[in-house]
Amino acid sequence: MEDLYKEYVGKLPGKILNDMEKEAKVRDLKPAQVKKVLEYLIEQYNQAKIDPGEAIGIITAESFGEPGTQMTLNVFHFAGVAEVSVTQGLPRLIEILDARKTIKTPSMEICIKKEFAKEPTQVKKVAAQIKETLLKEVAEEFNINVSKMQLEVKLNKARIKEIKAKPEDIIENLENAIKKISIKKTDEGFTIKPEESSDHELMELYKLKEKLKETYIKGIKGITHVLPVKRGSEFIIITAGTNLADVLKVPEVDSSRTSTNDLHETAKVLGIEAARQTIINEAGKVIEDQGLDVDIRHILCIADTMCRSGVIKGITRSGITGEKKSVLAKASFETPLPHLVNASLLGENDELNSVIENVMLNQPVPLGTGLPDLVAKMGPKSIKKKQTEKKEESKK
Amino acid sequence: MAEKIYKKIDEIDFSMQSPDFIKETSSAKIVTAELYEREGYPVDGGLMDVRLGVIDPGLRCKTCGGKLKECMGHFGHIELARPVMHINYATHAYNAMRSTCNECYRVKLNQVKLDDYAEKIKFAQKLGDYDRVRKLTKEVLAKSRLIKKCPHCKAKQEAVKIEKPTTYTQGEHRVNPIQVRERLEKISNEDAILLGFNPKTSRPEWMVMSVLPIPPVTMRPSITLESGERSEDDLTHKLGDIVRINQRLFENINAGAPEMIIEDLWDLLQYHITTYLDNSVSSVPPARHRSGQALKTLTERIKSKEGRFRNNLAGKRVNYAARTVISPDPCIGFNDVGIPESVATELTIPERVTEWNKEWLLKLIKNGPTQYPGANYVIWPDGKKKKITEETIEQILEELQHGFKVERHLIDGDQALFNRQPSLHRMSLMCHRIKVLPGRSFRMNPSVCNPYNADFDGDEMNLHVPQTEEARAEAEVLMEVQTQLITPKNGYNIIGCVEDSITGCYLLTRTKEMSKIEAIDLLTSIGIDNVKFSKEKVSGSEVFSTVLPEDFNFIRKNKQGETTVRVKNGKLEHGIIDKNTIGENNGELIREFYRKYGQDRTIELLGNIFQLGIQILLKKGFSTGVSDTDIPKEAIKKVDSKVQKAYNKLDEHIESYKKGKIEVLPGKTELETLEIRAMEILNKTRTEVGDYITELVGEGNPTLTMAQSGARGNVLNFTQMTGCIGQQALGGKRITRGYRGRTLSSFKEGDLGPEARGFVKNTFKRGITPTEFFFHAMTGRDSLMDTALRTPKSGYLYRRLANALQDLKIEYDRTVRNATKDIIQFQYGDDSIDVSKSEGGTINVVNAIHDVLGENV
Repeated sequence: MEDLYKEYVGKLPGKILNDMEKEAKVRDLKPAQVKKVLEYLIEQYNQAKIDPGEAIGIITAESFGEPGTQMTLNVFHFAGVAEVSVTQGLPRLIEILDARKTIKTPSMEICIKKEFAKEPTQVKKVAAQIKETLLKEVAEEFNINVSKMQLEVKLNKARIKEIKAKPEDIIENLENAIKKISIKKTDEGFTIKPEESSDHELMELYKLKEKLKETYIKGIKGITHVLPVKRGSEFIIITAGTNLADVLKVPEVDSSRTSTNDLHETAKVLGIEAARQTIINEAGKVIEDQGLDVDIRHILCIADTMCRSGVIKGITRSGITGEKKSVLAKASFETPLPHLVNASLLGENDELNSVIENVMLNQPVPLGTGLPDLVAKMGPKSIKKKQTEKKEESKK
Repeated sequence: MAEKIYKKIDEIDFSMQSPDFIKETSSAKIVTAELYEREGYPVDGGLMDVRLGVIDPGLRCKTCGGKLKECMGHFGHIELARPVMHINYATHAYNAMRSTCNECYRVKLNQVKLDDYAEKIKFAQKLGDYDRVRKLTKEVLAKSRLIKKCPHCKAKQEAVKIEKPTTYTQGEHRVNPIQVRERLEKISNEDAILLGFNPKTSRPEWMVMSVLPIPPVTMRPSITLESGERSEDDLTHKLGDIVRINQRLFENINAGAPEMIIEDLWDLLQYHITTYLDNSVSSVPPARHRSGQALKTLTERIKSKEGRFRNNLAGKRVNYAARTVISPDPCIGFNDVGIPESVATELTIPERVTEWNKEWLLKLIKNGPTQYPGANYVIWPDGKKKKITEETIEQILEELQHGFKVERHLIDGDQALFNRQPSLHRMSLMCHRIKVLPGRSFRMNPSVCNPYNADFDGDEMNLHVPQTEEARAEAEVLMEVQTQLITPKNGYNIIGCVEDSITGCYLLTRTKEMSKIEAIDLLTSIGIDNVKFSKEKVSGSEVFSTVLPEDFNFIRKNKQGETTVRVKNGKLEHGIIDKNTIGENNGELIREFYRKYGQDRTIELLGNIFQLGIQILLKKGFSTGVSDTDIPKEAIKKVDSKVQKAYNKLDEHIESYKKGKIEVLPGKTELETLEIRAMEILNKTRTEVGDYITELVGEGNPTLTMAQSGARGNVLNFTQMTGCIGQQALGGKRITRGYRGRTLSSFKEGDLGPEARGFVKNTFKRGITPTEFFFHAMTGRDSLMDTALRTPKSGYLYRRLANALQDLKIEYDRTVRNATKDIIQFQYGDDSIDVSKSEGGTINVVNAIHDVLGENV
């Protein structure tokens, strides 16, 4: 039976073969029957194959443009009862297709290795470690001691324990972050004194206090919120803020399933193929959340176009459209003048092999029925001429 | 019209115009700003010189001898008294000056680097990769411009500065365009390449203009006003200014006027030429009409949506088009379009006279342009075109021979393209068959509203008539309605039964029994007259089965999801037909037709089902009214008690919130938790009320019937009319905006109860209280805003997508490639399946098994 399927690998897409194998098992079909069905499927598949010349790009654009009018503009939405709010609908789709460098709501889905993912308490521990902690979150009190001209920080011991930080580490982090201070450890926390004294000492001290509050001391930078959520049988962590490279370094994190919704970060950490998959996943999520139905092929087409060159290129005038070779195609999109001026400086030449230029010139476009060309039968004379021309060319 | 031979344009080169080129191609030197002599004849050497082309009928162009519309115009030129900067190249000239030495005019980088760049640029140039060339030259410019000492002649450099838009200074001195030109002239060809020029087509010094080309008159035609006065084009005005100042500058220079005056005039000339080229440069006050309106000069003509590119080149006006209001007509076929006679007599199709149609065409010509069906024009084989009038008809009838073309009126069965804007997908432009009908509107089958997204509240649509055989063949094969049944968006049918026809089929298949006579009467009315029923009483399913093909098998769930629709050998054995079987977007029965019988048969079967549904309602009668929403007093009480129960439950939650005892959800504050709970409770209440009412009213209520069959409306609409409108939500939350701590001044501060936060207890029918009305209006306004803001945003996204992806196509080797033949995908969508030929994006294996091995496996 398996040999039978192997025979059809390459003739039929994998998905159809898999479906067939499954259905055949359910129905307990005999090999002869399976073969019959497979032959029929090939026939059907060949009929459903796309025709050469089909303007697939336009179809993709239409499949996205038409449902775009039905999407909501409401930016925030709470998926489920208690999850982190994320940009949704049209704004998010625009964000993805523009390949924006900074997105409105960066977020990660962190999967935990199987052995840690069962117990909610364990997951919570991991979450606490990952979260970016500022000094104000572990400090109970900030006091300005006017007589000694120093700051006294009282630490919340329980919180410190929760995030697995030692007071020494905190001090070290603080010293790294803020220059020209001396920190002394005390029983309850530590005292901080500026090394240099100035005229407005009290003011300086107050400013220092405010600065200290916002200082990073533990966790992963950029992760501002964490939320353990149950997905299926295991717990995962959803975050606000993203820092893929550092999160993957955490030993409890399952690095093969953890992801972020930031395209450029994904590309930087995991490479362009991962970024492509992120585009597919994120765009697919938007469409699905809006209750729309767009075939995966269209999303694939856009993602492949965006990632073709090895860098993510947005669908903007500086992205894919700006990279076009044809001057007229670029000029017809946005800002025609600079394109024309630049073209004139370099003496550019437009070979007119895409659609819009030929529309401009009232010529058949190289798509669909405009694609086939008539090849003229040439008499013996002209063939000879052509051949000699070719020889000369090859000589050069 | 003689068959014109068109040359194909293979490529277009872009370049700058050299002064020599301008003079060479010029057909006239313009010396005076005057336009016309006293008799109204254009002045020689003036801006409207007849050598530049003609815009008056009767005159002939002095350059080519062509008349109006034959001569497309010729460029002229003026010699500028002093050179002037070209505004669009001002920054490029600045860059070139900054990066070259003041003394030796070489690029300020050492020779090794220069050679290196030269080689790289040459390579990129050879590949035709102009973006790469630009990137490299940018690097050269960036690296060389800040160097203080020339590596070639060791001269110290003083930085050139630019004062926007077109003045340059070096130290204290101004660098005037003559000096700029001199400096740029001295840049060698090799260095020019490094600075981003292609010296073969564009020498740097050409950026300073010493000769100005004058565009042909045909490009700036004057219009004659009603009063007989001539009104000149904006460009002519601007050119007049330029010529005038130029002449004055000449005179002053020749007369040896003081330098001050000459400088001022020079600057003025620079201003006029700058605004002539671009009238929207920041820091230059735009040139204006006497009325104060800014002139539209060259750049404005090209730029933006109304500019040449987007308005005239990427999209063009066409002939043979009609536009009018649309209205529904369920009695015409899916691929028919009803057009009024007034349209049919105006739009024509050129028909070549042959042996076989000569008689017929003669008859049409005799009818003339006014009597339908007639003809409007006759075209001789040499291209001469004559209108059929009382005077010409005799001659035409006499001369008409094979090879002539007759532009005849549209008749039933002609192809026409039907379109509604916004044309968001390819189903927005489909080919229909003409049907000439009385009236003044386009008529269409309501089932094809969905692909066009049309309704009949005043929508207008466009009709185009293809004029050549090729176009008609293409329209018929690729664009007819039946070819567009399945959308390439997701592989579902976009055309199906709508509204009444769904209700009709729903009611029919629910009918247990009807008399034989009734059934036959029904079927005869849709043109099925070969059916025989053996029994006196027939069921609705049996009647419906008559429109199904005999070998048709089908099992699927219907809208309610509980009951299964089962068709075996063309007999509907079980189940009720509704939107999920015959409706649009997901009509599985239609989808199955398409798979089994192909497009033409499907459209025929669908047409029959559609007609059947309509006829049932015609025979049975079906209407809705306000009384549909009447419910007994006890029911109202029951609804009220349900709402009250929810109120009480919510009060408990509020109470515990106030005491701080509420159980907080993870990641949420106490208030947020309460709000979530409140939304849950109140939304659940409305669903409950809806369920209760649906059950109470039961079958037979027309409004509910429509909702349940999927024809129109949903159960929620019905609930809101009869039971309770429900919670009004802004951004997924209850309404909190307004005063401090309360939404309206009629509530107490801190009131978290349902009424104070936008719960509408009443119904649309019963009427709502002022506060409820206010909250309802809030959400109504919000959704209105959303729609208004979304349309342009998604429109822009669509435009960008279409622009970026328009070149992608499937090559003959089935790879997806762009215009430059770079591979995007090796196989479209990894399996080369066309979504519009697939079943929801794949091939259904189960169906295939059924097809091959029968249903019972």
